[in-house]
Amino acid sequence: MAYVAPGETSLVPPAEVAEVDLYHAKSWITKYVFSQDAKVIAIQYAFTAIAIGLVALVLSWLMRLQLGFPDTFSIIEPSQYYQFITMHGMIMVIYLLTALFLGGFGNYLIPLMVGARDMVFPFVNMVSYWVYLLAVLVLIASFFVPGGPTGAGWTLYPPQSITAGTPGSEGGIVLMLVSLALFIVGFTMGGLNYVVTVLQARTRGMSLMRMPLTVWGIFIATILALLAFPALFVGAVMMTLDKLLGTSFFMPAMISLGEQLEYDGGNPLLFQHLFWFFGHPEVYIVALPAFGIVSDLISVHARRNIFGYRMMVWALVAIGALSFIVWAHHMYVSGMNPWFGFFFATTTLIIAIPTALKVYNWTLTLWKGNIQLTVPMLFAIGFIVTFLNGGITGLFLGNVVVDVPLSDTMFVVAHFHMVMGVAPLMVIFGAIYHWYPLITGRMYDEALGQIHFWVTFVGAYTIFLPIHYLGFLGVPRRYFEMGDTSFIPESAATLNAFVTVVALIVGFAQLVFFYNMARSYTKGKIAGRNPWKANSLEWQTEEFPPGHGNFGATLPLVYRWPYSYGVPGVAEDYLPQNVPPDEVVTDEGPGASGA
Amino acid sequence: MVVVYALILVAVGTVAFHIFSPWWSTEIASNWGYIDTTIDITFWVTGVVFIAVMLFMAYCVWRYRYKAGRRAAYEPENTKMELWLTGLTTVGVIVMLTPGLFVWNDFVTVPEGAAEFEVMGQQWQWSYRFPGKDGVLGTTDVRKISDENPFGLNPDDPNGKDDVLVEGDELHLPLDQPVKVLLRSIDVLHDFYVPEFRAKMDLVPGQVTYFWFTPIRTGTFDILCFELCGVGHHTMRGKVVIEEESAYKAWLEKQPTFAKSMAKAGTGGGDGLKLVSSGGEAVTAGGESAR
Ligand code: HEM
Ligand SMILES: [Cu+2]
Ligand SMILES: [Cu+2]
Repeated sequence: MAYVAPGETSLVPPAEVAEVDLYHAKSWITKYVFSQDAKVIAIQYAFTAIAIGLVALVLSWLMRLQLGFPDTFSIIEPSQYYQFITMHGMIMVIYLLTALFLGGFGNYLIPLMVGARDMVFPFVNMVSYWVYLLAVLVLIASFFVPGGPTGAGWTLYPPQSITAGTPGSEGGIVLMLVSLALFIVGFTMGGLNYVVTVLQARTRGMSLMRMPLTVWGIFIATILALLAFPALFVGAVMMTLDKLLGTSFFMPAMISLGEQLEYDGGNPLLFQHLFWFFGHPEVYIVALPAFGIVSDLISVHARRNIFGYRMMVWALVAIGALSFIVWAHHMYVSGMNPWFGFFFATTTLIIAIPTALKVYNWTLTLWKGNIQLTVPMLFAIGFIVTFLNGGITGLFLGNVVVDVPLSDTMFVVAHFHMVMGVAPLMVIFGAIYHWYPLITGRMYDEALGQIHFWVTFVGAYTIFLPIHYLGFLGVPRRYFEMGDTSFIPESAATLNAFVTVVALIVGFAQLVFFYNMARSYTKGKIAGRNPWKANSLEWQTEEFPPGHGNFGATLPLVYRWPYSYGVPGVAEDYLPQNVPPDEVVTDEGPGASGA
Repeated sequence: MVVVYALILVAVGTVAFHIFSPWWSTEIASNWGYIDTTIDITFWVTGVVFIAVMLFMAYCVWRYRYKAGRRAAYEPENTKMELWLTGLTTVGVIVMLTPGLFVWNDFVTVPEGAAEFEVMGQQWQWSYRFPGKDGVLGTTDVRKISDENPFGLNPDDPNGKDDVLVEGDELHLPLDQPVKVLLRSIDVLHDFYVPEFRAKMDLVPGQVTYFWFTPIRTGTFDILCFELCGVGHHTMRGKVVIEEESAYKAWLEKQPTFAKSMAKAGTGGGDGLKLVSSGGEAVTAGGESAR
């Protein structure tokens, strides 16, 4: 044998069941609108998510204008500011990132990467998208009801979220809760699909330990989401009942702006536990697909096997499991029994260990590689930097006493923007550039891609690094304006103005990205098949870009893992998963390796 | 090459910013210096890791930059190295967590002899209550809140009669005296925080929460609400004055007790419940009607 790849076989098990007939669309409408093809659904998810994400981006500019120039923009009222914060946060986390990673990348990549023709339940998959769209529309509608959208913060903590004194506590909050419930229903349909497809529809030879890490990341994230979203769903239903029917799940006896309310006996902390039992795993629902995708980007563009594949898989599983027992690190100063702090600080710092290992393994994949600084690779490096930075500040907030002064300050804002805002966005951009030729058959413009990367990466780091230090100073988050204080120096205002200017520049630089995507769609260089010389199955389809049914007459058979880059003895520096061992071209010539 | 310089610049720039930027914790005014120490330890441990990973990446990008015909080393696993890295990371975590948990133990253990007082939050103002001569705070009930009895004190509870009520004024506390702060909200969540004290805790309607600290420096400090509580959140401010015991005593003397304020209200006579106070102003400022 001239080469070794882990778990390489010449024998692929025989098929146990026959292939099922694929649904074929008959009209334009069923092909492109009410489509059951996962690839079309993926594009629908992606476009919707990005569109609503742009709304959140514009909201962030308005907030930044207020923070940077508090006296200039008197058009923004406090109530609007709190509404912007809330909608910005909720849209970014749920309607953009969750939907794009799972609905967008999950739908596109899972079937292609595991060697399936489509998701196992195509009809349910289609419904999943339409329910998601409905959730987005309800969310948008909340901007137009009397009182406007809710301004309770994306955490929606009661009693405040449903009592007078908070903007949108009449109609806005109800629509928010309805929209969330719809989102969860839609997601569950899609999520079951992703999980069952991974478990049941892998092609022959594609053992679990031969799946690309992208699929692993999305798979584990989907399981987390299926287990975590119900907690939010229940919380949303209970809060709706409190609001509309006057039940008191979360509502103690209280006054509201001078009036006794009739609520009695409920507990606001119960909602916080439900919210964060969902909310912490949610961070990983966004992070794990990013982890998976970035592993593949790094491996392909560094022309080197991913370092420590098994460790990477087990780290994903461990992080996923642990993420369910750390939720109360968001509640150290919430008034829950303070003794819980010992437990949750310990579990939180333990989760840092598998996370750190992943960072090491990404950098060790670069080590001894043959690194091509393509646009996807640049974004992958940008991800490592921002994730490293954001992960480190997580250790501050996780270590209970350190969180006491920092919680609810700008430090928290900077932390989560680095770790779950900027870092996943880096991966999303990298992934879009990486798979752009697969989806469109054309290459993007390299120069524009590079400009986009540098402005976005340098800009985002410049925005969020200094904000941590405002947090140390004691600047609170969710403050319409600081007003007069004895502890905030003048220079902080200058810093805020500077950050706002950079944020606007970074925001507008995204136009370069959209221009590049739109223009290259018709004008880009035609991409040859498998332009990155990648090993995973999505690049090995007969038709390129892959058509309906993904693969040709027969499904591909898988003989090895997807990371055979630079295998000694093999003529090329890559070796796709589906090349049979006796057809491998080795240094001695075709098929000489035997098997 | 640009990437290599950029990575080095980010690493060096971040450290430089940390050292030279003018924005850093305010001078501490409480006993929680150990919290600052734990922050310093965390900075050292994580700072070393940050620099190491950044520079290693810069090295890799430079040393293994693309060359036509070069092959990456094929090395799927290196168990020994992975075990070493796991071990070292675990040590780092222990170094940060252990002091953290010891300090947390202090934080949750209120020392004997700590003086108790109450902070009451409502949209969007702070009020305070001190136990009177008997040293015991009277019981309260949200349902008893009215114009004459804004704290909702139980009129039948003898312990409450001599409670000292501070409404719409600065809070004063004696220097070097450990205090247990009892926190109560009559409407939504709030959070009592003085950046110089380093310690904060939410106020949760329906329950009494607490934390403790010892003021170690005289002065006047800002109190801010640190938990979003509606349109007036950013206006919910107060001031705390830390002063010598004698000055504090003199100030406390001047504040009305519950019995006294009830007697006064009795003559004035209020009608039912109408509490809109400074909060009412904030509501209109917010462009949002109260209801
Ligand atoms: C360049 C892009 C962005 C800018 C300039 C930006 C800016 C801001 C600002 C100014 C706030 C309010 C901070 C405060 O005073 O409390 C905020 C809050 C928030 N942002 Fe962003 N943001 C950006 C992108 C993102 C992304 C990608 C995410 C996705 C995770 C995100 C998630 C959030 C969340 C969850 C909140 C908290 C909302 C709340 O307090 O309820 N942001 N952002
Ligand atoms: Cu968390
Ligand atoms: Cu408040």
